Amino acid sequence: MHIIDRRLNPGGKSLVNRQRFLRKAKAAVQQAVRESLKDRSIKELDREGEITIARGGISEPTLHRSHSGGNREHVLPGNKDYLEGDRIKRPKGGSGSGSQAGTGDGEDDFRFVLSREEFLDLFLDDLELPDLAKRKLTGAHTEGIRRAGYTTLGSPSNLSVPRTMQKAMSRRLALRRPSRTELERLETEIAEIEARQPQGSEDAALLEQLHEELARLRRRRALISYIDPVDMQFRRFEPVPKPIAQAVMFCLMDVSGSMSEHMKDLAKRFFALLHLFLTRSYRYVEVVFIHHTDRAAEVDEETFFYSTVSGGTLVSSALDKLLEVVAARYRVDDWNIYVAQASDGDNMSNDNPKTVALMRDAILPIAQYVAYLEVGREDAPSPGIAMQGESDLWSAYESVEHGHRHFVMRNVHHRREIYPVFRELFQRGGAAKKADNP
Amino acid sequence: MTDYVSMPLYEGSDWDFDLIQRIYDTIETIAVGEMGLNIYPNQIEVISSEQMLDAYSSTGMPLFYKHWSFGKQFVSNELLYRKGLRGLAYELVINSDPCINYIMQENSATMQTLVIAHAAFGHNHFFKNNYVFRQWTDAEGILDYMDFAKRYIANCEERYGQLAVESLLDAAHALMHQGVHRHPRIRARDLKAEAAREAERQAYRDSIYDDLWRTLPTATKAAPAQADARRQALHLPQENILYFLEKSAPRLEPWQREILRIVRLIAQYFYPQRQTKVMNEGAACYVHYRIMTALHERGLITEGSFLEFLQSHTNVLNQPTFDSGHYGGFNPYALGFGIMQDIARICDTPTEEDRQWFGDIAGRGQAMDVLKDIWANYRDESFLTQFLSPHLIRHWRLFKLEDRAGQPEVGVDAIHNERGYRRIRQALAREFDIGRQEPDIQIVDVDLAGDRTLMLEHRVANGILLDEEDATQVLQSLADLWGYGVCLEELDSETGSQLKQHRFQPQTVRQD
Repeated sequence: MHIIDRRLNPGGKSLVNRQRFLRKAKAAVQQAVRESLKDRSIKELDREGEITIARGGISEPTLHRSHSGGNREHVLPGNKDYLEGDRIKRPKGGSGSGSQAGTGDGEDDFRFVLSREEFLDLFLDDLELPDLAKRKLTGAHTEGIRRAGYTTLGSPSNLSVPRTMQKAMSRRLALRRPSRTELERLETEIAEIEARQPQGSEDAALLEQLHEELARLRRRRALISYIDPVDMQFRRFEPVPKPIAQAVMFCLMDVSGSMSEHMKDLAKRFFALLHLFLTRSYRYVEVVFIHHTDRAAEVDEETFFYSTVSGGTLVSSALDKLLEVVAARYRVDDWNIYVAQASDGDNMSNDNPKTVALMRDAILPIAQYVAYLEVGREDAPSPGIAMQGESDLWSAYESVEHGHRHFVMRNVHHRREIYPVFRELFQRGGAAKKADNP
Repeated sequence: MTDYVSMPLYEGSDWDFDLIQRIYDTIETIAVGEMGLNIYPNQIEVISSEQMLDAYSSTGMPLFYKHWSFGKQFVSNELLYRKGLRGLAYELVINSDPCINYIMQENSATMQTLVIAHAAFGHNHFFKNNYVFRQWTDAEGILDYMDFAKRYIANCEERYGQLAVESLLDAAHALMHQGVHRHPRIRARDLKAEAAREAERQAYRDSIYDDLWRTLPTATKAAPAQADARRQALHLPQENILYFLEKSAPRLEPWQREILRIVRLIAQYFYPQRQTKVMNEGAACYVHYRIMTALHERGLITEGSFLEFLQSHTNVLNQPTFDSGHYGGFNPYALGFGIMQDIARICDTPTEEDRQWFGDIAGRGQAMDVLKDIWANYRDESFLTQFLSPHLIRHWRLFKLEDRAGQPEVGVDAIHNERGYRRIRQALAREFDIGRQEPDIQIVDVDLAGDRTLMLEHRVANGILLDEEDATQVLQSLADLWGYGVCLEELDSETGSQLKQHRFQPQTVRQD
């Protein structure tokens, strides 16, 4: 008998199978991930989670007998008071009895846990910031390395053997290190003389001289090594700065009194998704949070998502604030500027012309992409069907939308619409490219 | 039994490799020395719970090819395990030579003792001796074969693309249950045996030779019908669909045939296990129960650990009644162990009833020899038909329901009384007969003169048709493998009338 300890064997044998399964069920899993998003709180958006998918796409069909119909017999344990010949009402739900209980129904749901990474990968699959055009060299961020000559210091793995041998050879030549052939020549000469019979009179002196010479050469050979540490040549690599695209996303949210809790929740969810997407997919994206009532303020993430201020509405105040921040911190030539705005569409009517003017003349020229999200009451009709009672801001912005391909408007009434709309806005080749292929 | 008291092998729940060795040696003297079990050499491998989860999802084999369905199993096992809805098995045992036993590091010393007795001796003996296993599995070669299969399939994935291999495996898995030979093949005889048989026959012919026969007029033999000749040439009818596809499907590439063969051989390897669930577990439970009791009697395990064993033993052997709410069919452990215990009782202390029912073993004594004989020569269906005693039917209060199509009520057909014993026993045996539980599907013909449609028949027993939804998918993939149309007729097995017909055309071959 052998006992083998396998505990230290690498685990994760099933990892490949697990990935294949996820790939196979990708469509269903993605659908489930989206579904699960609407029930998650804003804080929990990016946690690992349990999801449920229908068995349909991942069934493993076999040829087996149907679970219903036909004549069957069942043997069951635990008879209490049945006698032969008794009739029993069929239990509800078909012939659900003994022998079938374990086999399950083909339409059962299939539940399992996705890790956080898997969850986010599926969730953010195929999203991108449109038109990330302006690139700039910055000293701080470097990516990539390239070969850059040779150096005398380095790790053994980078040792350049040809270069090292070359250096060693030139050093040996320069220092006149006696070569092996030289030694051999002397040795044969000595051997020849010693072999002479009888020895001549000068031979002894000559022999001594040759021995001395041989000893000197040997000493010199030992002194000058074949390869010396100074010969070592290592391949050198140096980091190369690459131009990176810096981008800033402005999140503008209306938090005025006219926004109901429901609307705020929708808007916050939208920004939470956006924030998640940006922080995960782009390393060099800054996010600026601005919320406004009749005054706008730049706030931090915490305040933006969880504060409960309230007041009147002046949309232009937010746009003013945005321009102010751009002027102060983000040079238009260096930064790709994105704007996402969420509002219920209420605005002081005398503010609309100013808002439109700001948007059209000041913001759109400097921004790569502007998305406007209008949040509505839950009971309102779904988008696209009938736009009765367009909001002030919506109709004001419509004029802007016509002239600018990088301005997109959507409206949302229900939690379940948030993710599809978000996807539509940021999908590769999605809404952001509307003008390219009309 | 010798009545001596010795030091317990261990106290507490900790164990180390040294202790495992001592436990194993002690059990070996009991199991092999006293009970006379005949086992493959054992190899015990200690693994972590994570690794156990991994092993679970590849049907317990240490090596398996990659396929998403194993991943699916993995994620659902993982969820159940993480939520604590399901514990992991304490052990896994592989029918190979040497017999590989996985034991988990989380087990206590008592549990290790239990699983070694259960798997390394109980299951191991059963694998080595039962006739179904001897007939169908090659314990020596299975691990090498799995290694080959894994490498071959990985190689194919590299060469022909993961998607192509995956869809082929999907199709093959769907037909896995139709990929086993249910009857042993006639083995080709060697020339010597052939010559001996021929000589024997000649001698017989000579001994009965009578010249008179020569004068009889010979009837002109009817030429076999063309269809019969065709069927014979194709070796039809054939119930092993995967085998038929491997040998005869016209449009498969060689690598595709090889993969079908791999899936088929693996299905064949597991076929005995599906036929002997009750007996296999029953034998293993009986063996571990005997061993643990013997260890306890000799003071080799403490009272505490014997109680720990009993608790786990009774958990495993729990058989809920049909109305308890936990009922999920018969527990093969409980059923098997119950009958094994009962056989031992019949051998040693039979009642008058037992003598009537089991004349050949009642009162014979030597229960172990009787059991070993049974373990070697039965499978679940024959085992239940033969050895489910009236005593046990009363004990479990078994009853039989009859559920006829179109009737609003279910009838109680038999209960645990004199009139019902045999009917209950037969019905239960039928439930464990996979030959009856699985549909009887055969390839009957190929329309070679026409459009090469592959024709199959399902002989419908008791009016139970195939599950429509699954059949649609499986037959579609069968048509894709065959390359031409497929037609499956469902025929009533008694009247031969057609109940249903499925027809499928192959989907256009995708260029992946």
